[in-house]
Amino acid sequence: MPVLRPLSGAGALRRPALRWTDLLVGVAIIVVFYLTIRATLGAASPLDLATAPSSISTDPAHLPYYALRSLLRMFVALIASTVFTFMVATAAARLPRVEKIVLPALDILQSVPILGFLSVTVTGFIALFPGSTLGLEAASVFAIFTSQAWNMAFSFHASLVSQSRDLDEAARLMRLSKWQRFWKLDVPSGMIPLVWNGMMSFGGGWFFLAASEAISVGDKTYALPGVGAYVAAAVEQGQLDRVGWAILAMIVMVLGTNFLFWRPLVAWAERFRQEDTAAVDRPRSLVLDLLAHSSIPRGLGRAFAPVGRGLDRATRPFGVAEHPLFVPRLRRRAGDVVMALVVIAGILYGAYWASEFIGSTIGFGSFGEAFGLGLITFIRVLVIIILATLIWVPVGVWVGMNPKVSKLAQPVVQLLASFPANFLFPFVIAFFVAVGIPLDIGGILLMALGSQWYILFNVIAGASAIPTDLRQAMESFRLTPWQRWRKLILPGIFPAYVTGGITAAGGAWNASIVSEIVSYNHNTLIAPGLGSYIAQATSGGDMARVLVGVIVMSVFVVGLNRLFWRRLYRVAETRFSL
Amino acid sequence: MNNTTLIAVDDVTKVFATDGGEKTVLDGISLTINHGEIVALLGRSGSGKSTLLRCIAGLIGPSTGTVSYKGTPLNGSNPGTALVFQSFALLPWLTVLENVELGLEAKGIKPAERRERALKAIDVIGLDGFESAYPKELSGGMRQRVGFARALVVEPDVLLMDEPFSALDVLTSENLRSELVRMWSEGTMPTQTALIVTHNIEEAIQLADRILVLDSNPGRIKAELTVELPKPRDRRSPEFEDLVDEVYGILTGQQAEPRRAAVNGGGPDAAAAAQGLETPLPTASTGSLGGIVELLAAHGGSEGLAEIADELRYEIDDLLPVVDAAQLLKLVRTQDGALRITEQGRRYAGADLLRAKEQFATLAVEAAPLVRHIVKELRRSDSGAIRADGVLSDLRALYGDQEAQQQLDTAVDWGRYGELFEYDADSGRLLLPTHPDATAAAAGQTVDA
Repeated sequence: MPVLRPLSGAGALRRPALRWTDLLVGVAIIVVFYLTIRATLGAASPLDLATAPSSISTDPAHLPYYALRSLLRMFVALIASTVFTFMVATAAARLPRVEKIVLPALDILQSVPILGFLSVTVTGFIALFPGSTLGLEAASVFAIFTSQAWNMAFSFHASLVSQSRDLDEAARLMRLSKWQRFWKLDVPSGMIPLVWNGMMSFGGGWFFLAASEAISVGDKTYALPGVGAYVAAAVEQGQLDRVGWAILAMIVMVLGTNFLFWRPLVAWAERFRQEDTAAVDRPRSLVLDLLAHSSIPRGLGRAFAPVGRGLDRATRPFGVAEHPLFVPRLRRRAGDVVMALVVIAGILYGAYWASEFIGSTIGFGSFGEAFGLGLITFIRVLVIIILATLIWVPVGVWVGMNPKVSKLAQPVVQLLASFPANFLFPFVIAFFVAVGIPLDIGGILLMALGSQWYILFNVIAGASAIPTDLRQAMESFRLTPWQRWRKLILPGIFPAYVTGGITAAGGAWNASIVSEIVSYNHNTLIAPGLGSYIAQATSGGDMARVLVGVIVMSVFVVGLNRLFWRRLYRVAETRFSL
Repeated sequence: MNNTTLIAVDDVTKVFATDGGEKTVLDGISLTINHGEIVALLGRSGSGKSTLLRCIAGLIGPSTGTVSYKGTPLNGSNPGTALVFQSFALLPWLTVLENVELGLEAKGIKPAERRERALKAIDVIGLDGFESAYPKELSGGMRQRVGFARALVVEPDVLLMDEPFSALDVLTSENLRSELVRMWSEGTMPTQTALIVTHNIEEAIQLADRILVLDSNPGRIKAELTVELPKPRDRRSPEFEDLVDEVYGILTGQQAEPRRAAVNGGGPDAAAAAQGLETPLPTASTGSLGGIVELLAAHGGSEGLAEIADELRYEIDDLLPVVDAAQLLKLVRTQDGALRITEQGRRYAGADLLRAKEQFATLAVEAAPLVRHIVKELRRSDSGAIRADGVLSDLRALYGDQEAQQQLDTAVDWGRYGELFEYDADSGRLLLPTHPDATAAAAGQTVDA
């Protein structure tokens, strides 16, 4: 009597029907999978270096595929940076001896002009993956990685060491395993700064993507399918309209990753906020809302739960996240001494090798030449900072203090800040060539194109953080505009301005490598400076000069940070923090 | 009650390094915690009671001496304890259930059993229905219940509590405290042994079988009381009130002893010691000083400390520094847990503002070593100005960074109020009121005040 028997699948009827959100999310997942596989296949294709293309087709029909390949590079670099951050920052926060080495190293790496190293790394990576495109891909990914990883590691390390003492003690007393502690406490508590920093660094990464897809080493030029190489090829052939297409593709990519990836991530990270009260205007994301309404993410979560449990069990032998209270003094001392000796020996060997190499090739006199050129570039950086300050501080304050304007302006500024300035170079250079402005002066504008936004960005944030009651108090005392600026606004935005200034100055130094020497439509313009010195040495394969240039530039950046910015920063923190 | 010793603290000393010196926080502490008893560690802030608790939990190591759990000296977090924090210390990104389960997860217990035990603990502690809530959705009282559930679910041998009720409002803490007392007396509490750190005298008497009173600067065990009143205890009963008075008597009984020279021989410390700087200034504002003297005068010159604390809704950490300061300036006297106004105090309470300031200035120079030291240095200097850093570095050797700054802040507050000296924050200088840079500011302040 099958009719009387209750239907075995009756439960399914009571479940809500397949919702359109599920359908949408499901299709989106499949599309992402397909595109990733397609791009990965291209990236791993075999390659004969001798016949490797030095340029790619500038047919706009190829742009979607190029964009896909570029995106893959960006995301692979982001994953690599995240893994690096997790490992290095955690090691530095947990092992005092590692911290003593890692922090200064990161500080210097952050200031080193990455672009100067491109040719070295390309040679290395090609040797690593013979006969495959992977070598060139890895070199490009590495260039992007170096623009992201140090920042992210610093931010994660900072959140690890500033972890609330109570939470740390609770975790230790519960005797969480190392693995559990990392995922239950360390990562969640550092999530918000990590996501924001990742988003900023990702924005900065586009610049290096564009610069690293077409690389010349010695007399050979390699081009990878990607938007950056597309622009390079279009510029070389003087096709400004095609550069326009690339810019459009770039805008779509920047906005698209923002909308589909970073916005949802930022909104999702809000759950890791530790303050008791939720922020009034917490970031929202349409995509995240959509995912939350779909049952697919939860289903995937359940499906992968056994994997998580397996990892939890597998990592148990690594032990409890606890350190002994007492370490025999002798053993600790011995460890310190061994560590110090190894580091000193390493540094001495490196210094010896470098001096031997430079001394035997171009001689130490080249340092003098590089320093002279460094001063010229320094003047350009100085001009940029001064001009950007004069222009963007008032604008930033105006935007930041008008909530309506800042709501509209914020996404625009974010786009401008993450839009790779080197995509705009061709238009600016074409203008210089037409009007006859020498690159000595014009280079300043090129360098400013990428770096000035950091000042604007931070000033807006600083100005919008000035408490409303303070502003109203100033108004009720009828202060003149000038008095208001001097007593409230300038002190109020100072810390944010300093942060922006450091970043902008660092960015300008780095940009000098691609801004002091440019070619357009078979014309090459050169402005004397440390940037063009490094760029010329790189393309000529002159490793000794590259080394000298990079060392001198690092000295400039690190020195200025120490002597100037750090001090300003301390003043900002002690006197002007709101 | 069986008498197995669970935790033994043997001659524990904890010394923290300071700028150019050392600060002894715990000094020669020995105690035991036996199975089935509830022990309270009572002391004012700075007595090192939290430090002692963290030594017992194995979170920090003592400088000398040992802490052992069931006879084994600790070298890492104590496996037989769970801690309830003052600040709750819940992971904000985990739900109530996940927070409670976490300790079991750390022990590698299977998911099904984990869930069952966590739900039971949540049920016992009165959190039913809140399993899927995030901590930020809960009130303080509910959050601390999660804190208790999380600690109890792992069934520790000893439950450690670090001022568990002091972040809650009066009604909520009363409610939670009496529920715990009930659970202990009914035997529904899975853990029978506990150590509670508190600065609330009544709380200690209400909960504990044994109270250890800690002295401050450095922390030593000053007295041990056994509470034999039957539970639940009635706070209004005369026996209870007698005990409260007794503890107040112990806490205010003697002035803080002069600090032992922290650095052996020579150095800034010897110089500092010569000026009496090792006797700390109680951290009390001039306003609260005036307030307590006036309150006493209004009450006819004498009042019990417990009653004053009750009336002002003050914890002992708020009240005792003010009492110490008033005592130091000879405005009041303590006697068996009661506070009495002195002749000086009566005059001070009756004086108008200007005269009160003059009297305060005289008393401060006479009785407060740090204020006297600064005034002396200022008079000795040619310019009528000295650098605050110099004073601060003398203090650092004795007190450590944070407390040194607090000492200086208090001295500056007192000096400003008595118009003895000025402090110019921009240049970091202490100035005599006659100094050209100070006159304007000082004159302005007199008018304002």
